[in-house]
Amino acid sequence: MNLHEYQARDILRQHGIPVPPGDVASTPEEARAIAARLGGRVVVKAQVHAGGRGKAGGVKLARDAAEAAAHAATILGMTIKGLPVGRVLVAPAADIAAESYVGVVIDRASQRPVVMVSAAGGIDIEAVAVESPGQIHRLAVDPRYGLLPHQAFGLGLRLYRDTAQARAAARIMEAVYETFYAVGASLVEINPLATTPDGALVALDAKIVIDDNELERHPEIAALRDSSAEDPSEVAARRAGLSFIKLDGSVGCCVNGAGLAMATMDLVKYYGGAPANFLDIGGSSNPQKVVAALRIITADPNVRAILFNIFGGITRCDDVANGIVQASEQVALTVPLVIRLTGTNEALAVEILTRAGFSALTDMDDAVRQAVALAAGRGVGAR
Amino acid sequence: MSIFIDAGTRLLVQGITGRDGSFHTRQMMRYAAQVVAGVTPGKGGQTFDDAVPVFDTVADAMRETRPNTAVSYVPAALAASAIFEAADAGIALIVCITEGIPVLDMTRVLPFVHERGARLLGPNCPGLISPGKSKVGIIPDTICRPGRIGVVSRSGTLTYEIVHQLSTQGYGQSTCLGIGGDPLIGTNFIPCLEAFQADPETEAVVLIGEIGGTDEQQAAEFVSRAMTKPVVGFIAGQTAPPGRRMGHAGAIISGASGTAAEKMAAFARAGIAVMQRPADVVPLLRERL
Repeated sequence: MNLHEYQARDILRQHGIPVPPGDVASTPEEARAIAARLGGRVVVKAQVHAGGRGKAGGVKLARDAAEAAAHAATILGMTIKGLPVGRVLVAPAADIAAESYVGVVIDRASQRPVVMVSAAGGIDIEAVAVESPGQIHRLAVDPRYGLLPHQAFGLGLRLYRDTAQARAAARIMEAVYETFYAVGASLVEINPLATTPDGALVALDAKIVIDDNELERHPEIAALRDSSAEDPSEVAARRAGLSFIKLDGSVGCCVNGAGLAMATMDLVKYYGGAPANFLDIGGSSNPQKVVAALRIITADPNVRAILFNIFGGITRCDDVANGIVQASEQVALTVPLVIRLTGTNEALAVEILTRAGFSALTDMDDAVRQAVALAAGRGVGAR
Repeated sequence: MSIFIDAGTRLLVQGITGRDGSFHTRQMMRYAAQVVAGVTPGKGGQTFDDAVPVFDTVADAMRETRPNTAVSYVPAALAASAIFEAADAGIALIVCITEGIPVLDMTRVLPFVHERGARLLGPNCPGLISPGKSKVGIIPDTICRPGRIGVVSRSGTLTYEIVHQLSTQGYGQSTCLGIGGDPLIGTNFIPCLEAFQADPETEAVVLIGEIGGTDEQQAAEFVSRAMTKPVVGFIAGQTAPPGRRMGHAGAIISGASGTAAEKMAAFARAGIAVMQRPADVVPLLRERL
């Protein structure tokens, strides 16, 4: 789960990291009041889960409160990468002497949290990693001892010649590491960590991504979820317990298991189609999940055909078949359905579906070819 | 032969009285797995299905029944603790089926397991099966046949799809194992490939990877350096958009190294026959054997 910048700033501040003042507004009037309180020039920033906010016009500088309100009015109506902007952050426009980067992520190779720092802050760190990897310094931390003071200071010296600044950076890194575990993050990032003209370090922009598996034991973090900032179909899928990602093709996919779901999407492309989504209905054969899945897929106007691909192991094919029949009674289907089931009780499943007027296949390639043909407006059997 | 488990495997089930644990324990017992003990805290002294003694702790079960392998169906919130317990009691192979364990828990579990000298398979994996010999986990045994192909995968149902293709076209398996779809797992591809290379009854290996991380690239490097047996490989997620978690917590592309294209290229460079789709598995094996 992604947090908004303003939420990440609050969390960092709670963990003792210097964050400039500022507040979040959902109306131009609120933005005006915050700007008036801050005084001087302010920056108005769209709070949206998408990169490239600046380029999209979602970050604007204002000389005074009136201009802040005007910018907020523009930005609050915007859609950035398909996501509506419902809030803006209003913060002082800081004078910056230098920018660096501090982040903590999980490194799969060392299987440890890694502190990453770079003196090349303020820009996309992945671009730095590609263009000048030597500018990024990494330290894998032993989670049993945490980030030790001398390690943090050593990294601080990579960023600043001045030892007082290196020490300040080290304290910030230790706090970022502590935050990482405290909130159950998979990423905590300050970019830029800015040096003000008087030499102080402040976290000017912050990003926190939470491991979804942590949300159950961190209800206070789960409560920060902003469903209005997410794709509505993905919100509906999450509520139904489905793993779903919307894409822009025309073949709706409903599959059991994440690996098979990806392989099914890939096969759609292999046969010349484009998947409309990733959807894993999981191991359960609960008909309500099938109903929810069909609702979500059919709500996408791009979908021209729906493909079920079920490999029955623990999941019984006859249960899924019953789910499809029940779902088709509850959801109006305007596009053709192609169903492939194989494995446990497949013969029974085919019988159930045939009786209900559906045809069912047992071969994955046959089913995908058919779904692609139907989505392209060609008849069944077009090979 | 087989890898990691065989007919002598003495199995302990953590979470044996739970819904999933009890269902799969019966399936494993039906497949002739030797289930010697179960553990559910608070239910020590009971007997599961009139056959398997239940203990409060793994240490108790260890003293009384000497298991060498544990499989865990413990819910996510308690699953890390169950792995710690099994490793602490001296279990040599720990298979964790549970999905949804926080990654940060695993950063503490993995060094602990390593220090105790145990092998962890998973978490978020279907376990393993040596057809005709033993089964630990949830892989549906009906799709497997005894034979000479080793299968190792990061996925569940995709593995079943490919195993099904193998079995129905005359290629049985020595061992099929799923290493897990999470970003941090106990056993990556390399120890499995090493074991298949050393197993005299495995003739060829099917390697099933997916987007995210660089385990497949490291596996490819190992194949070119240390394997003489033919390897056929598949990567799921060619159509996955970057930055999104595709069901599996580990299946997320960040940067170029996690993409399917990059991994397929690494496979090809290492001399691995690259499948474009699951149905390619048998034709490619036939070419290589």
